[in-house]
Amino acid sequence: MRLEESLAAHNLTREEYDAIVGKLGREPNENELGLFSVMWSEHCSYKSSRVHLKRLPTRGPRVLQGPGENAGVVDIGHGLAAVFKVESHNHPSFIEPFQGAATGVGGIIRDIFTMGARPVALMNSLRFGPLTVPKNRRLLSGCVAGIASYGNSMGIPTLGGEVVFEDCYNLNPLVNAFCLGLASKDRIFLAKAEGEGNPVFYVGAKTGKDGIHGATMASAEFDEAAEEKRPTVQVGDPFLEKLLLEACLELMATDALVAIQDMGAAGLTCSTAEMGARGGLGIEIELNRVPQREAGMTPYEILLSESQERMLLVAKAGREAEVEAIFKKWDLDAAAIGKVTGDGLLRVLAAGKTVAEVPNRALVDEGPVYERPMKRPAYLDAVAAVELPEPTDLEETFVRMLASHTIASKHWIFEQYDHMVQSNTIVMPGGDAGVIRVKGTPMALAMCLDGNGRYTYLDPYLGGATAVAEACRNIAAVGATPVGATNCLNFGNPEKPEIMWQFARAVDGIRDACERFDVPITGGNVSFYNETEGKGIYPTPVVGVVGILEDATKRVRHYFRTDGDIVYLMGNTDEELGASEYLKLVHGRNDGSPPRLDLDTEAALQSFTREVASRGLMHSAHDLSDGGLGVAIAESLFGPLGETMGASIALETPRRADGVLFSETQSRILTSVPSASADAFLALAEEHGVPVKRIGVTGGDTLEIRVNGTSAISKNVDDLREVWWNAIEKGLLR
Amino acid sequence: MPRFAVCVFPGSNCEEDVQYALQNVLGEPTDLVWHKDTSLEGYDAAILPGGFAHGDYLRPGAVARFSPIMTAIQKMADEGKPVIGICNGFQMLQEAGLLPGAMLRNQTLTYICRYLHLRPEQLDSPLTSGLSEGELLRIPIGHADGNFYADDETLETLERNDRVVFRYVNAQGAREDTANPNGAANAIAGVRNERGNVLGLMPHPDRCYQEELGTADGRKLFESLIAWTKERT
Amino acid sequence: MTLIKANVVVQLKSAVHDPQGETIRHALEQLELGQVESVRQGKFFELTVEASSKEEAEKIVREIALRVLSNPVLEVFQVEIES
Repeated sequence: MRLEESLAAHNLTREEYDAIVGKLGREPNENELGLFSVMWSEHCSYKSSRVHLKRLPTRGPRVLQGPGENAGVVDIGHGLAAVFKVESHNHPSFIEPFQGAATGVGGIIRDIFTMGARPVALMNSLRFGPLTVPKNRRLLSGCVAGIASYGNSMGIPTLGGEVVFEDCYNLNPLVNAFCLGLASKDRIFLAKAEGEGNPVFYVGAKTGKDGIHGATMASAEFDEAAEEKRPTVQVGDPFLEKLLLEACLELMATDALVAIQDMGAAGLTCSTAEMGARGGLGIEIELNRVPQREAGMTPYEILLSESQERMLLVAKAGREAEVEAIFKKWDLDAAAIGKVTGDGLLRVLAAGKTVAEVPNRALVDEGPVYERPMKRPAYLDAVAAVELPEPTDLEETFVRMLASHTIASKHWIFEQYDHMVQSNTIVMPGGDAGVIRVKGTPMALAMCLDGNGRYTYLDPYLGGATAVAEACRNIAAVGATPVGATNCLNFGNPEKPEIMWQFARAVDGIRDACERFDVPITGGNVSFYNETEGKGIYPTPVVGVVGILEDATKRVRHYFRTDGDIVYLMGNTDEELGASEYLKLVHGRNDGSPPRLDLDTEAALQSFTREVASRGLMHSAHDLSDGGLGVAIAESLFGPLGETMGASIALETPRRADGVLFSETQSRILTSVPSASADAFLALAEEHGVPVKRIGVTGGDTLEIRVNGTSAISKNVDDLREVWWNAIEKGLLR
Repeated sequence: MPRFAVCVFPGSNCEEDVQYALQNVLGEPTDLVWHKDTSLEGYDAAILPGGFAHGDYLRPGAVARFSPIMTAIQKMADEGKPVIGICNGFQMLQEAGLLPGAMLRNQTLTYICRYLHLRPEQLDSPLTSGLSEGELLRIPIGHADGNFYADDETLETLERNDRVVFRYVNAQGAREDTANPNGAANAIAGVRNERGNVLGLMPHPDRCYQEELGTADGRKLFESLIAWTKERT
Repeated sequence: MTLIKANVVVQLKSAVHDPQGETIRHALEQLELGQVESVRQGKFFELTVEASSKEEAEKIVREIALRVLSNPVLEVFQVEIES
């Protein structure tokens, strides 16, 4: 193969090749070229995003481990740490939805238990094109089944997340998976090799020819030919991973382990080089000792295979038998494949002969870093003020909104996920945030994932900031305090200056909001090249926030629970229909300006909400987001076990009725307060400077909404629930 | 004081939930016993928990039933001690021939995790002895293969001999197709053996033993089990 | 002793409802890929066993199919020994 062809096949530029030659002082051989290709890919090296990610706040008094390890770690008190991260598996899920999504879940779970944590919760953020397109119905069903098969089998509850439908994800679905684990604060394991002469073990599944060049695939745009890349998709084995999880945690309880790293993207290569580089040491491995599933694999294939459910670990010299015994108990192979050396080199042998020899640092730390050109996209100049006809039948419009697949109940999806195993789930999927209690302590952990591609498309800075604000608001709505965040930044091709501009602006928005709410980003990932045939997705930053609830019994749920409670709206409502779900669904447009966000107003709302929760003054709290107040009221009528409760609501507005119902003004929460607590609630609101307005009472079996004294909506609650409950199933059966 | 054993297979994932309910919440000594153990000597009741033993590969419970511990389970069953199979544990007991029928894929072909209504049909079983007449339970299921199948003759025998212990019903306690989540024959959610000491059910009492988890109806089943076991030891 | 290959097909008994097969049939109907009367789904196993003769191999495989690969409550199996 000519050099140009070889470089093209490896997704390397001529300049990058020259840099490799410079570092080696010679031409790389084919194996070495393969190593650089994956390690310097966008996926592994963050070469386009690094300069921007540096701006994110990553430190805080609770942060035990920030970005750069397998996952972030936050001190949650009681001697415990929460270990969590969100990661994308977009490209594999498009090629083979079931296995792509399943292995995405498997990968993020490994990232968590690699750190010494037992995984206790999963969530995911999914985005598809509309279900009117048959391909999207298959993608949704396949991804959900894949996620379910892996998470359920592992015995980790999936607490929900978000599911959004939008045209721009037609050929580029987004599958972002989040996992959270619990560890002893002083028993966190890192992927940092130490101790010259210590043995290097390979444990878990055998190596096959799966997913070779997955990392480079994730770093390129899609085209028709993507379908042909199908054979490289990895197949997950959750049972094996469950054994691996138990065996690794058992090993970690001993002190025989030095370092451990999961083999994810770029497999053996990445895990070896990263462990070596972090310790400033070398690692030598013999490929003939690597357990192989197929005969006749070349060194190149073994090095780049992305077979799942494999780990690399460094043990203390002299403790080999202990390591082997634990893995044997769990019917797993542990193969000693090499040792830690002092020369800083990744040396790969095949049958004793060196087939690659590269400095670990050159692969991991000295990759290219680009400050790619940026340009404000021209389409933003066209963003205009929204001029809309008012709907003639508000009630019909309201019902249509509840049937929007983005708004409708996601029970068809989350009922396929085991969300109760481990018996800790105290806020079920469908609430503002998932909440699990922490056995052995009085506390609970809240978590959620949020993002809004539409907002980010129309104002990347605002979109980034709003993702953080909404996630933190969801955490506040269940009564918890945010303590850490992780992000998954899904964007188009970074070589286009407009995309890079969107990215930089979104990162700035995330930064400012994280700083204001005191929530450090402890890790995450960037997924570029979400484009098919030149058509990109809306820029979609997804933010995962984790919060602490010191008293689990104080957790707040989102639905009305008692007859005769007073319904209050916290926060002011403006007429902000730009970029809204209403604008898209009813008027078929996505334009205008997304709702404004004032970080101080938001912060005041959240701390007020938390205090109301901790004093037990409210029966429910529900964040206002897609679909605004109208949708939030409807969702408050439906409990997770099929409970329903009506309400009588009266709204006032000097402007349009559709505006007050569907405006997506930020920094608002809907709550129900028992009348005995109303005075205390109002006093607290005043103290916090949060405007609250009494808008109605709970009770009955109908929803009555009057606007400026005129009846706008009068519907039986069970009928409304029926529409909202069944919309996605109906969309799938079409 | 009775002692409870919860058997752990590779791929089990509900063993700690059962143990927590029995031991931490209800104060009964409960041990996890590894599937390679061969004896359950000293235990007064055994529970086979939910999960995906051996990944559910081949068929749920099909590989697990060859584990060494199953010989000890058989022995306990023969001695008349309570042996309870929850979800995957129920499937194991069917594969082992200790309970009748087999599980097909759910009618929806999907895994279903959901609270539903359960009607106890017999109040003289190890799990229902503490319930009152006409009491409905709200208990979650979590399975992909819970579509109970048995041939007509077996079904008839089960019904005639009062061996159906739990049935899926609607909120009013009546049988209805839409209240049957998985398509189970005769809406069967749980059955017992002829002697009455071996009982399997698909729903998970180990996920609803405290109000904060949704309901505490599962606790009633565990309390029955404890009382039933104590009376017999 | 030689290595002998055997194929085992496990299927639901004809009286047992097969929701997977039924779903596939329904999908085929919608895709208009010809008139498909019925679809029954099953499992296929390829075993390589050590035996002194084909007869012995068949005996071993039948035992495995009966005891492990199939559940006699709802499944039947067929064994084929490769020559």
